[in-house]
Amino acid sequence: MTRSWWHTAVGLLLTAVMLFPVYWMVNVSLTPPGDMRKSPPDLFPGNPTFEGYARVLDEQLPYFGTSLLVALGTVVLTLALAAPAAYSLAKLRPRGRGPLTFVLLVAQMIPGIIMALGLYGIYVKLGITNTVWGLVFADSTIAVPFAVLILTSFMASVPDEVVQAARIDGAGAFRTFWSVVLPASCNGVVTAGLFAFLWAWSDFVFAATLDSGGSMQPLTLGIYRYIGNNNQEWNAIMATAVVASVPATALLVLAQRFVAAGITSGAVKD
Amino acid sequence: MFRKNLVGWAFLVPLVAYLLLCYGYPLLTTVDLSIRDYTVRTFVHGGAQVIGLANYGDVFADPVFRTALLNTVVFTVASLVFQYGIGLALALFFSRRFRLSATLRALFLVPWLLPLIVSASTWAWMFNSEAGVVNAALAWFGLDGVNWLTSPDWSLVSVIVANTWIGIPFNLVVLYSGLRNIPAEVHEAAALDGASSWQAFRHVTFPMLRPVSAVTLLLGLVYTLKVFDIIWIMTRGGPGGSSTTLATWSYELGFGSMLPRFGPSSAVGNVLILMAVVAGLVYVRSQRHREAS
Repeated sequence: MTRSWWHTAVGLLLTAVMLFPVYWMVNVSLTPPGDMRKSPPDLFPGNPTFEGYARVLDEQLPYFGTSLLVALGTVVLTLALAAPAAYSLAKLRPRGRGPLTFVLLVAQMIPGIIMALGLYGIYVKLGITNTVWGLVFADSTIAVPFAVLILTSFMASVPDEVVQAARIDGAGAFRTFWSVVLPASCNGVVTAGLFAFLWAWSDFVFAATLDSGGSMQPLTLGIYRYIGNNNQEWNAIMATAVVASVPATALLVLAQRFVAAGITSGAVKD
Repeated sequence: MFRKNLVGWAFLVPLVAYLLLCYGYPLLTTVDLSIRDYTVRTFVHGGAQVIGLANYGDVFADPVFRTALLNTVVFTVASLVFQYGIGLALALFFSRRFRLSATLRALFLVPWLLPLIVSASTWAWMFNSEAGVVNAALAWFGLDGVNWLTSPDWSLVSVIVANTWIGIPFNLVVLYSGLRNIPAEVHEAAALDGASSWQAFRHVTFPMLRPVSAVTLLLGLVYTLKVFDIIWIMTRGGPGGSSTTLATWSYELGFGSMLPRFGPSSAVGNVLILMAVVAGLVYVRSQRHREAS
């Protein structure tokens, strides 16, 4: 145990190095615009200003609303599609499900930029570019295959005896799904929903291609607009970035074990 | 049995319909786009001429293609090597129990969870030539500053650094749980046999970690091929195409200018998809292999 504090010290140092960019984002967001081009830059916000945050409140609030709406919509759509399918794959196991699982694995490999191109072609034809629900559909493509696969593995771990007992009690397939298997795999639902939220919240590719002219645009485009301005005002950009990072940070604090479960699923077999 | 299959598929119908509509249809659309001669007018009103593989020919003949392909390979390989190497070193470090280790490990996840546009713009400002903190640090060590994002020699390095930073947490978490799955007795046995910790790692831990390493690298490969946001936000593939990859080039052709070229853009996209699917098939095969063993 004597060497333990030494490890802790090294661990703290490594974490500090790793998180330096995050610290820097916060530092710059508090730096007054006048000091922004100073060389070398101030390591600490000596005279912090909240100007950047005031501008966020002023200019970016609608973008936040849209992002929240899109992210929640994506969660609902993803879970509504993935949960029944996962139940079937895990518990009903119909013939011919193998190719479907294969398709889901391959679907995760498709680069977002290609999906964006294809969806753009379709959306233009149908005249549904720049709509919020169009963006929800596009964002869900990132999350659905992952959600089905992770929910399947969670639901597969619900004992078959429990499912059988429900059937003997006269519950139909849907009843068994809704009242037995779904509640029992609550952790899986949270993990899938969490990642769907995070991915939709962070999406830039689909927003830039499918919603760049819309009246309701997500936050990632709000930041992109700021960067595109010729008089790049970095303290406003970084203030928006800090606020945009809040959901990720909150999720990490509140739901860390779900995050770890999501990352390792598929990569490590327990 | 027939009834059971029927009920099972009834639960799968919404998913299958969704996959056809939201995956199948867009992918077919990109194939269709790539074999036609589209202009803005025909894109909206239809009636573009089928020109077969001419778009692909144009793309392959374009000197940008070679640059983009080479950059994609360099970007992917360098990112994977550094992410995996650093991730493995950190996983080994964190696998020793010490105070605060769980908390610190959780904090390491932050870069992975941040929206890519947030990470990319933060790095863009840190790499700024005049006021960036990276050049300030170099000056502190008495070194000359570098035009990270605006010099063709350094732009690719800059985006690799940012992408490596984002990928480390994933490698750390997966490799860490892989290490935890190796039974403690194995290490004890190696120690009893008098193996030094380097020997134990080289001949015991690392070989036992191989399946997890393979999956980590494959998932990393698929993810890195897809990277678009980071490069586009930091350098837009520039300057002069020095950090263009297939993904950013495809976007640039289709959406980057007032004169969209959807045909060539889709052709590039389909080349990229082929690379991703090949990687995907290798992944699926390796998964099957593990299921079987």
